[in-house]
Amino acid sequence: MTLPPFQLLVDAHWRDVARLAHALVGPDDGDDVAQQAWLQAWAAYPSLTSATNLRGWLFTVTYRCATDAHRGRGRRPVPVEDPSLAAAERPAVDPPATASDESGVWQIVATLPPRQREAVALRYVADLDHAAIAAALGTSTAMSRRLVSDALGSLRKALS
Amino acid sequence: MTPSHSGPSDRLEASLAGFDVPAARPPDFPTADVSYAVDDTPIGRMLLACDGSGVLVASLFTPDAAAEEAALQRLAARISPRVLRRPQSLDEARRWLESYLDGGRPGAAPAWALSLATPFQIPVLTTLAARVGYGDRATYGQLASWAGRPQAARAVGTALGGNPLCVVLPCHRVVGASGSLTGYAGGLAAKRYLLELESTSL
Repeated sequence: MTLPPFQLLVDAHWRDVARLAHALVGPDDGDDVAQQAWLQAWAAYPSLTSATNLRGWLFTVTYRCATDAHRGRGRRPVPVEDPSLAAAERPAVDPPATASDESGVWQIVATLPPRQREAVALRYVADLDHAAIAAALGTSTAMSRRLVSDALGSLRKALS
Repeated sequence: MTPSHSGPSDRLEASLAGFDVPAARPPDFPTADVSYAVDDTPIGRMLLACDGSGVLVASLFTPDAAAEEAALQRLAARISPRVLRRPQSLDEARRWLESYLDGGRPGAAPAWALSLATPFQIPVLTTLAARVGYGDRATYGQLASWAGRPQAARAVGTALGGNPLCVVLPCHRVVGASGSLTGYAGGLAAKRYLLELESTSL
């Protein structure tokens, strides 16, 4: 198995990694999370045993760095099966100073329960399918679909 | 994948997918196992690469994107996949090459290593570097002989064609028995340019 030169990975995916980082943690920490993700990927790269889905791997690393960032700030992601139980935990609204979000929808996403925010980011920014989202979140495909559809429901309501 | 249907849900999903971070910048890495730079030169577009110690391991002609990618894959496969574009690591080599191609009699070449060379290429290219100096020429037969492969002039030619350190290791100074230019990795125009440069500079 030959790994592609790392620069090609950077060239192909740095914008999407930045978008995912900002979607997950907001503009204050987005750049830091993206940079951390790349440094972790760099360190782990030579040990990879498969080169088949490097984009997905980068998104997984980014997601983990985002989770670590939240944890570092004292906000623990709540590993619940029923996302409505996490509804009481509302992160502060992040003003999208550096993001381009014309409809303001991502401002509302930032107020959703963390698992819904994560599922939405992985679905619409990382463009992952539900199996990949489920793997990243450590849950089932069915739960991934539910998280996304519940999030869309809340968003539609908030925007109407 | 999401079934397509018209309506507000589509617009919402499109808004979500349209999220962008225009001020984002590529990541910054403190070091690299292999650093490279690509420059346009009077003899064509060239890629220079060095290893983690700053030793030059490649000086290749990369006329297009495909050639550049092939060069990077070669570096990833032979040395390390942790290859990054870092022109600042190649400053000394780039200055040396630029000065050389401008017609200045070059000082000592930057430190180099034959990490990308095959076992057959190593004695051929090492002999070339040691015995064929600025302004000199040699034939494939002569070089084969000096490298201890007197019957292998053609194989020597092929080995030179794959020289990973063009210009630095002067395969351009090797010509056919009648003095004809025969081949060159960078093309005959480049070979002619280099030979004329060296003869007028003496």
